[in-house]
Amino acid sequence: MHDIATNFINLDAITILYLFGVGFVGGLVSGFIGSGGAFVLTPGMMSLGVPGLMAVASNMCHKFPKALVGAMKRFKYGQVDVKLGLVLGVSAEAGVLYGAGIQEKIKATFGDAGSNLYVSVAFVVILATVGGFVLYDAWKTYRSGNANTEEKAGKLAMWIQSINIPGTMVYFKSINARVSILFTIPLGFATGMMAATIAVGGFVGVPAMIYVLGAPSLMASATELVIAFVMGLGGSLKYALSGMVDIRLAMIILAGSLFGIQLGAIGTTYVKPFMIKVVMGVIMVIVLFSRGLMVPVYLSQLGLIETLGEGTVKLLKTASFAIMIFALLLGAFIVLRAMWQGRKAERLQHASGALEHGKI
Amino acid sequence: MAQSNVKKKPVGKMLIMGLISIALYALLLAKQDDVNSIFARGGWYAFLPIITAFVFSFFHGSFTGDFWTVLGVEAARKKKEVK
Repeated sequence: MHDIATNFINLDAITILYLFGVGFVGGLVSGFIGSGGAFVLTPGMMSLGVPGLMAVASNMCHKFPKALVGAMKRFKYGQVDVKLGLVLGVSAEAGVLYGAGIQEKIKATFGDAGSNLYVSVAFVVILATVGGFVLYDAWKTYRSGNANTEEKAGKLAMWIQSINIPGTMVYFKSINARVSILFTIPLGFATGMMAATIAVGGFVGVPAMIYVLGAPSLMASATELVIAFVMGLGGSLKYALSGMVDIRLAMIILAGSLFGIQLGAIGTTYVKPFMIKVVMGVIMVIVLFSRGLMVPVYLSQLGLIETLGEGTVKLLKTASFAIMIFALLLGAFIVLRAMWQGRKAERLQHASGALEHGKI
Repeated sequence: MAQSNVKKKPVGKMLIMGLISIALYALLLAKQDDVNSIFARGGWYAFLPIITAFVFSFFHGSFTGDFWTVLGVEAARKKKEVK
C-alpha cells in the first residue's frame, strides 16, 4: 500500500556524518532565528536521493523535538511568548494539514518529480519575496545607524494593533498590545502551509510576527520555536500515519541539531536584534538560488521542457548543492562571529567594571 | 532555592545522558531494518516515531545542553535575571 517504504536510503558513515553536520548547522541557525534549519535539511536529504515528500516528513519529525528543546532554552532567557506561540501554532496546525493534503495530491498525480518541483518552486517564490524584504529591512537598519536602538513596530503593525474587533482581542506580552485573533489566524495558517510545503514555516511566521504584529525580532524568533513544536508535532503525526517518516534520518539530524540549537539559542543573548534579520535574510536569498537551479531539472523530468542533457543535470545539481552548502556555512559563520564578538565585548566590559570597582 | 554562589559544572549528568544517548542511537542503527519496516506501517504505528523523537530529545537534549555548559559556553550575563 505504501510504496514509500521501498524508498529508504542506505546509510553509510559518510551519510550519517553529513546528516549530523547539516543538522548541527541547521540547528545552530534555528536556535538563532527560530527556524530555517529545514531549508537546508530538506534539499540536503533530497540530494542524498530521499524523495521530496519523505524529506519533508523526516525533517518535520526532527523539527518538533528540536523546537521543544530550543523553546525551553530560550524561555529561560525570557524571549518566548508562549501564548502567541500557541495561538499561532493552533492555526498553523490547520495550515499544515491543508498543505500536507495538497502535497499528497501532487505526489499521487505527478509522482516524485512533480512533488520535488512543487517544493522547489514554493522555496523560490517564498524565499525571493520574504527573504528579499527581510534582508532589505536589515540593511536599512544597518545603514540608518539604529542597530543599537530598540526595535519599534512598523506602520502595518501599528495599524493592526489599533484595530479593535470586540470579542476577538487578545493581549500578547511580546507585542505589548491587544491584537485581534482574526489577524493571527491567517498568519498561523500561512506559516503552517509553508511548513508542510517547504518545511520552513518560520520564513513566513517570524517576519509575520515582526512586520505584521509588531513583535521584537528576538521574541518573534524564539516564539517561532513554540509554533514549530506545535505544528511539527501534528505534521509529523499526519505524515507518520502514511508511514512517510524515515526515523533514522530524523534522529541522526536531531543528534547534530540539538548541539546546534543550544548554541544558537545562547548566541541570541549576545547579539543586536537586527542580526536575526541579517542571518535570516542572507540565508533565504542564497538558498533561493540553490533551489532555483533545480527547477529546470524537475521540469525536464516531468517532460514540461526539453529533456536536459546528463551533463547539464549534473552541473545544475552540483551548483545547487554547492550554493546550499555556502548558504549554510555563511549563516553559521555570521551567528558564530556575532556570538564571539558579543562574548568578547562582555568579557571586556566585565573586566573594566571590575577595574572601576577596585576589584582588580 | 538552589545555591548559586559556586557554579558547578554538570559533568556527571552530562556523561550519564551522553551514554544513554549513544545507547539509543546504537540501538536505532543496529535495528534499522526492523525499525523501518515497523515505523513505516502507518496507522497506529505512527505514534512510534513520535514517541521515539520525544525520548531521544529528552536524553540527547539534556546532554547537549550540559555539553556546552561544561565547555563554558553560556548565555550573556547581562541578559540573565539578577537574583
